[in-house]
This record gives sequence, structure tokens and C-alpha cells, in this order.
Amino acid sequence: MSNPQQLRYSKEHEWLSAAEDGVATVGITEHAANALGDVVFVQLPEVGDTVTAGESCGELESTKSVSDLYSPVDGEITAVNEDVVEDPSLVNSAPFEGGWLFKVRVAGEPEELLSADEYTAFTAG
Amino acid sequence: MSSTDSAGPRRTALDALHRSLGATMTDFAGWDMPLRYGSERDEHVAVRTRAGLFDLSHMGEITVTGPDAAALLNHALVGNIASVGVGRARYTMICRADGGILDDLIVYRLAETEYLVVANASNAQVVLDALRERAAGFGAEVRDDRDAYALIAVQGPESPGILKSLTDADLDGLKYYAGLPGTVAGVPALIARTGYTGEDGFELFVKPEHAVELWQALTEAGAPVGLVPCGLSCRDTLRLEAGMPLYGHELTTSLTPFDAGLGRVVKFEKEGDFVGREALAEAAARAGQNPPRVLVGLVAEGRRVPRAGYPVVAGGEVIGEVTSGAPSPTLGRPIAMAYVDAAHSAPGTAGVGVDIRGSHEPYEVVALPFYKRQK
Repeated sequence: MSNPQQLRYSKEHEWLSAAEDGVATVGITEHAANALGDVVFVQLPEVGDTVTAGESCGELESTKSVSDLYSPVDGEITAVNEDVVEDPSLVNSAPFEGGWLFKVRVAGEPEELLSADEYTAFTAG
Repeated sequence: MSSTDSAGPRRTALDALHRSLGATMTDFAGWDMPLRYGSERDEHVAVRTRAGLFDLSHMGEITVTGPDAAALLNHALVGNIASVGVGRARYTMICRADGGILDDLIVYRLAETEYLVVANASNAQVVLDALRERAAGFGAEVRDDRDAYALIAVQGPESPGILKSLTDADLDGLKYYAGLPGTVAGVPALIARTGYTGEDGFELFVKPEHAVELWQALTEAGAPVGLVPCGLSCRDTLRLEAGMPLYGHELTTSLTPFDAGLGRVVKFEKEGDFVGREALAEAAARAGQNPPRVLVGLVAEGRRVPRAGYPVVAGGEVIGEVTSGAPSPTLGRPIAMAYVDAAHSAPGTAGVGVDIRGSHEPYEVVALPFYKRQK
């Protein structure tokens, strides 16, 4: 699998797009989606919620397990992907595209976000 | 206990093949087993509608032979094993003297004085030890055959056709819960019409050195009708939909077969004493008069998935506990098996929910199984 170069990554396996007008898109990586297996339920934060980097803001259920969803940055939720709530399999089929999870107005970000190459190395180990 | 603990998980004869197929592997009862090859949901649907191929070589085979083989098994197990005809199989259990379930088993009678006992991987050593201990005074040998067999299952409505193309054995004459020796794709095999999926299907016990050859022949023969390799993840959702218990979930040493709603496997009428008889007679009486918790099915109204150990609630009170839960590909909704207080166990009982990490999600109480195949 290849991790898109234009994104940045958290060690909790979320990706973050470059911000446009201060708003970035967040999803989980293909590596994470593969590890979860078929995602069957997604609980996302609500528009207007404040999220904190590294803190749980939702959950993803797969056949075998439930996992917390973390925000890679601090900020305010401006949109959530209703398509993925309706059809959670989008997380598996298009994790970097149609399976995006939410958009956040970035208020602050931790320093430890990884580049695509760094994340690829992180998940190879 | 097992010599493999220090050496890491054991690998089946098909290990390299699974890896070449891109399987996601998981440690299961000390074995490195395929969890899934691609989407577990697609694998599940393949077994329900076409066919799936499973490596079940982790299962624990124990051979019991000798003039007293039948008498030993009648004494050691709760079923009437002496009454199983040659070429037939029986679902049964092995219990402690206090009636607690040590394992659930399938016993195949291969010959007048030869049985193959198949235990769960996690319990194989316990079963082996118990059988050896209980064999004292019987003219019977208990042999650890875990390394003597690979086990490959082909399950699903297309499985008879696939197997027929590879064997001259009389599959039409092979009933459910029967087994006969034969040759499949040139490989000597015990062909059993058993499974753990709720579908028609076969389990093939072969020598480990023949496993790859047989797997590849089945893969080729099944390709035109959509057979796919399947991992343990879909095996779990298939058995759950079929309402089949899993040791460690629905069955434990703290439950008797009567507590698990499986009292029918205990045959008090058989000849001679058997381990657990007295305690099980008491458990049967208790279950008849004042039933403890009852194993029921639960179907979600929402989409959140119940997991083993989650409390079942009604009117703000805990009335039971989930033993297995998963999203059901066939029903399109999460399902669970749970032990609940008898007062809330009737199908259709209103107001029952599952506490899913603090949120009470509504669930419908239903009779088991969730899924029964059309015959």
C-alpha cells in the first residue's frame, strides 16, 4: 500500500490533509483499515464539537473489535462524512478518499505528526 | 503444558500457502492461523451462497482404540458413544465430576474398536489428559494424534459438487454427521460431513504432508463456482448465525450442559456410570424446576455491536451477559448470544438492551438459531 505524500500522519493511524482556509480533512490510514478488517459502524463527533489532539472523539467498529478514533489535531469540527456513517465499508474501500471521516478547523497541532515516508517506516516495523 | 509455549505459535502444514495468499494471521489457542484473506464479510457470504475453504488443522485429534474403546468413551463422556454406528459421528461433551463442561467434542466411530475424538485446540491437552486419566482400568489406548492430521474443511452449498469432482467416494450416501475413509484428489482422507458454519459441507482429515496438494486441488475444483479461502473470523460469524456454541464463550467449566441449554447431549439412560453423572442429574432437576439463566439470541435495532462480556440490561437492571457478538452479514444487523434471566428469555420480550460502553442499545430477544439453511 502507499501512503499519499501530501498527507501527514499520526501514530494512532489517522491522516490529516493540508489545511485549506484553516480547515483540514481527517481519516484513518489504509494500514489501519486493513488491520481493523471490515468496518461496520462509525461513530463520529458532531459539527461544532471541540476535539483535542490524541484524545478519543469517536469510534470504529469492525467484525472483531471496536477502536477509538483520535483526532490528530486540536480544533473544531466543521463537517462529518455522512456517507461513511451510512456505508462504513467506505473506510475499507477508499480510506484516503471517499472514506474520510471529518473536517476540522485546526487550532493547534502537535509536533510529532509524521510525513508519508516516516509513517510508512513506522508501520513497517 | 505444551512444548510450543516457548517456541512461539505453532504453524500448520498450510502456513506458507496462507502467507502467499496474503492472509492476515492471528494467534489462536497457540496456533498461527488465518484470520481472513480479504474481506471477512465476503468470505462469510461465499460460504452461505457458494463455498469456502478453511484450514482447521489447529483442532485437536485424539484416537481411542482397543476392545474397551466404546466403554471408555461412555464412561469419560456424557453421550452414548457405544451406540454410534461405525461411520457415524456424534456431537458430545466431556465434563468434570461436578458437571462443569471441559470441552465440546465431535466423536467419529472409524471402526468397531476405533474412535477419533476431535477437541477444540484450546482444550486438546485438557481433553487428552482427562481421557488418559479416565482410561485407567479400561482395555483402551488413548493416542495424541494432533500432529498426525491436517484438517481442511470445504463448506457451503457448492461443496458437494466440488468434492464429487475430486473423489469416487459415495457422497450422496454420506449423511450429515457421518464419515468414511476415501481418496480425495489422490490423497487418502477421512471424509466427514460435518462443519461449524450452518451450511452443508465436509471436513477432510489428511496427513499433514498431503495438505497443500489437497488445498490446491480443492481451490482449482472450486474456482468455477466461486469457492474462496476463508479465515477464522468468518468461521466465528457463520457459527454465531447458526446458533452454535463456542467453548470459552457459551460453554465453560462453570456451566453444565443443562445450563447451556444442551442437556440433550447427556444420556443418563446409557449403561454404566460416567464422570459427572450425579452432578448432572442434579443440574437437570434444577434446570427443570427453577431454570437459571437461559441462552438466547439478541438482534440489534441499531448498528452498534455487542461483544462478549457486555451486560444485558432491562429496566435499569443487569439481567444477563453477552457471550458472543458480531455484525451478522446475513441479517445485516449486529447479533449476539447471551445468558439472560429466565424472566426475560422469551422471544419478543420487550425492553431488553445491551450496555455498549455505557449506552443502552435496544435489542430484540429471539429464538436461536439466527439462521437456518433451506434444505
